[in-house]
Amino acid sequence: MVSEATNTRKKSVLWDWLTTVDHKKIAILYLIAGALFFVKAGLMAVLFRIQLIAPEMEFISGQTFNELVTMHGTIMLFLAATPLIFAFANFAVPLQIGARDVAFPFVNSLGFWLFLSGGILLSISWFFGGAPDAGWTSYVPLASREFGGIGIDFYVLGLQISGFGTLVSGINFIVTIINMRAPGMTMMRLPLFVWTMLITSMLIVFAFTPLAAGLALLMLDRIFDAQFFIPGEGGNVVLWQHIFWIFGHPEVYILVLPAFGIISEVIPAFSKKRLFGYTSMVFAVLIIGFLSFMVWLHHMFTVGVGPIANSVFAIATMTIAVPTGIKIFNWLFTMWGGKIRFTTAMHFAASFVPTFVLGGVTGVMLAMAPVTHLYHDTYFVVAHFHYIIVGGIVLGLFAGFFYWYPKMFGHKLNETLGIIMFWLFYIGFHLTFFIQHILGLMGMPRRVYTFLEGQGLDTMNFISTIGAFLMSAAIIVLVVNIVYSALNSERVTVKDPWDARTLEWATHTPIPEYNFAQTPQVRSLDPVFYEKIHGNGEMKPVEPLDEIHMPNGSILPLIISIGLFIAGFGFISFHLDLFISPYVFIAVGGILTFGAMAARSLQNDHGYHIDKETVESMEKELS
Amino acid sequence: MAEHLDQSFEDSAMNSEEKRKINREQRTQIIAFAFMIGLTILAFLAVGAEGLPPIFTTPFILLLAFVQLILQLYYFMHLKDKDHGWPNSFMISGLVLAAPMIVALIMLLGVVKY
Ligand code: HEM
Ligand SMILES: [Cu+2]
Repeated sequence: MVSEATNTRKKSVLWDWLTTVDHKKIAILYLIAGALFFVKAGLMAVLFRIQLIAPEMEFISGQTFNELVTMHGTIMLFLAATPLIFAFANFAVPLQIGARDVAFPFVNSLGFWLFLSGGILLSISWFFGGAPDAGWTSYVPLASREFGGIGIDFYVLGLQISGFGTLVSGINFIVTIINMRAPGMTMMRLPLFVWTMLITSMLIVFAFTPLAAGLALLMLDRIFDAQFFIPGEGGNVVLWQHIFWIFGHPEVYILVLPAFGIISEVIPAFSKKRLFGYTSMVFAVLIIGFLSFMVWLHHMFTVGVGPIANSVFAIATMTIAVPTGIKIFNWLFTMWGGKIRFTTAMHFAASFVPTFVLGGVTGVMLAMAPVTHLYHDTYFVVAHFHYIIVGGIVLGLFAGFFYWYPKMFGHKLNETLGIIMFWLFYIGFHLTFFIQHILGLMGMPRRVYTFLEGQGLDTMNFISTIGAFLMSAAIIVLVVNIVYSALNSERVTVKDPWDARTLEWATHTPIPEYNFAQTPQVRSLDPVFYEKIHGNGEMKPVEPLDEIHMPNGSILPLIISIGLFIAGFGFISFHLDLFISPYVFIAVGGILTFGAMAARSLQNDHGYHIDKETVESMEKELS
Repeated sequence: MAEHLDQSFEDSAMNSEEKRKINREQRTQIIAFAFMIGLTILAFLAVGAEGLPPIFTTPFILLLAFVQLILQLYYFMHLKDKDHGWPNSFMISGLVLAAPMIVALIMLLGVVKY
């Protein structure tokens, strides 16, 4: 057994992380990379908020402002929020369904490395003639070769590569959730987070494909002088907007549905009650997922597609409020009469509810087609989507972070520091963005790098920037918390430190690489809680303890991604004056990528086994 | 358990019932495939033929395309198979989502405004 021999050899830590296919380690990789991008994009926001702190500031130039705003939005959505959600999904989904890993561990690691190499490709644009500057939506003709800078080539190829990563991960989650559930885990017993990840993965499959197509067309336009989006030559600029928003609107649900899922796990756990209206929650998620594809035009009301189309899409948009309302009430009813423990995670989860409602209300306001001409491209829109994105998604992510942290890292985060962070963030958030509603109503346009004195905008912009500082302070407190807790917190050795409900809390802490030594039998929704009440508090196994088959790690996903990175850079360098021909990059990258793919296809890798004695001794040691 | 993974099977693991099924499956696939090639040739002929007016050709090849789509989904993507519930429901949801989008795009990008 060659494979077994190679695996018992001690591997270096770095090599281990570069080749890992373990879903728990990939989750941590996503968490770290996503957090770094989050901090980076947050710093960009602080920089351009400083530019807007007072009228006619000259802190940064208009060009830099455009690049910062574009990169802030692009990074936050594609390289921070998405990977952070994938971090929790990778970690929790296999555990919550009682599986040993995801369906395709190799593809899982490929997804991560593609995301990272696409993200790095986007980020190095600063060193090659400037970052993308046409907004995160890259509307043509602003983003065409004629008007847009070289940065947009980085946008197109970087997003294309990281989009592939998202797409393959989405497919992987679908297969995992459908095929790998433990016995007894029927669809109507899936934890809500798993349900939301299933729907999210479907949205990824149906939304990232149009994005890939749109980016490919834009690439052809920009690099190979095609004319899909060039009006003078028979192209159509509105086509880009349609394709972009057919992707773009589902994208916000790709992010917010998992946040809903996290909230639906955290609130019952800390209210000591089962989730109110489980079935209606599932159907609400399904309906929201479906409707999210039918409303893209609400981003384009001012394009002028005609009153009938506007009305149809306005009404479709408003109907989303119905299932969303159902969810909001179910969360409230879950807390109602519950034995609530106000941990940090619960602070974030509970505050999510009203904040998200506020974002929803302004969403309905924006959906009124005739009125939206007033709001369009003002700070009102910025305030609205930050109430959804920060007040929804980011609060949900923080809740999940504090909730799952003990399982992931073996100790809790400090609660006092956590609650200080919560209040700093929450107050800072409202200071920054609530006031932007009013700025918007007063007519302050978005994506404009300065404003004039004496228009009544000064004080409110000042307050908004102070709010951004408070949020940054909150992130600093979080970093302090992580370091402090790593050094001082008591190690968690019990399986279930929160007295929680779902299957991930039935594993040992730290989780052995095979997750469950024996696949558990699921007898109810909230299986762990059910066994506490009706059993002896331990999950019953469905199989005898036996040796466990595990997949081998592989360096090939990293090589495939590096190859695509180099080839992508080659396509960009057609318009860069480098002393190396673009064809060299494309050839090298292509050989790396396709070579690694061929190696993967030809290699006969059956994984390795952990024998029964090892499993037994590991289990004894951990319990 | 560890060893058998490395060894290839001596003989087919399928019983005769399963073998018959798979043969039948193969036959229908080949027939469907030949039929689809025929449809494609027909489409080329319709476009290539001199005498046919475009007012006929366009709907005609659209009709052929539609038939092909159905055959493709039904025979090659296993829409007809009973135990393919999940893949089928995903494919149908894909259709349900994509169809209105395409219709809307055609209408909205047209010269006429609705
Ligand atoms: C750290 C807190 C944040 C601050 C202070 C902040 C501030 C801003 C500001 C002032 C803009 C510019 C609006 C404009 O002129 O169009 C903006 C744009 C944007 N932000 Fe944030 N933001 C924050 C967090 C986030 C997060 C967490 C996300 C998403 C996960 C996000 C997504 C976006 C997007 C998509 C845009 C639009 C960019 C564009 O117009 O191309 N922001 N943000
Ligand atoms: Cu939308």
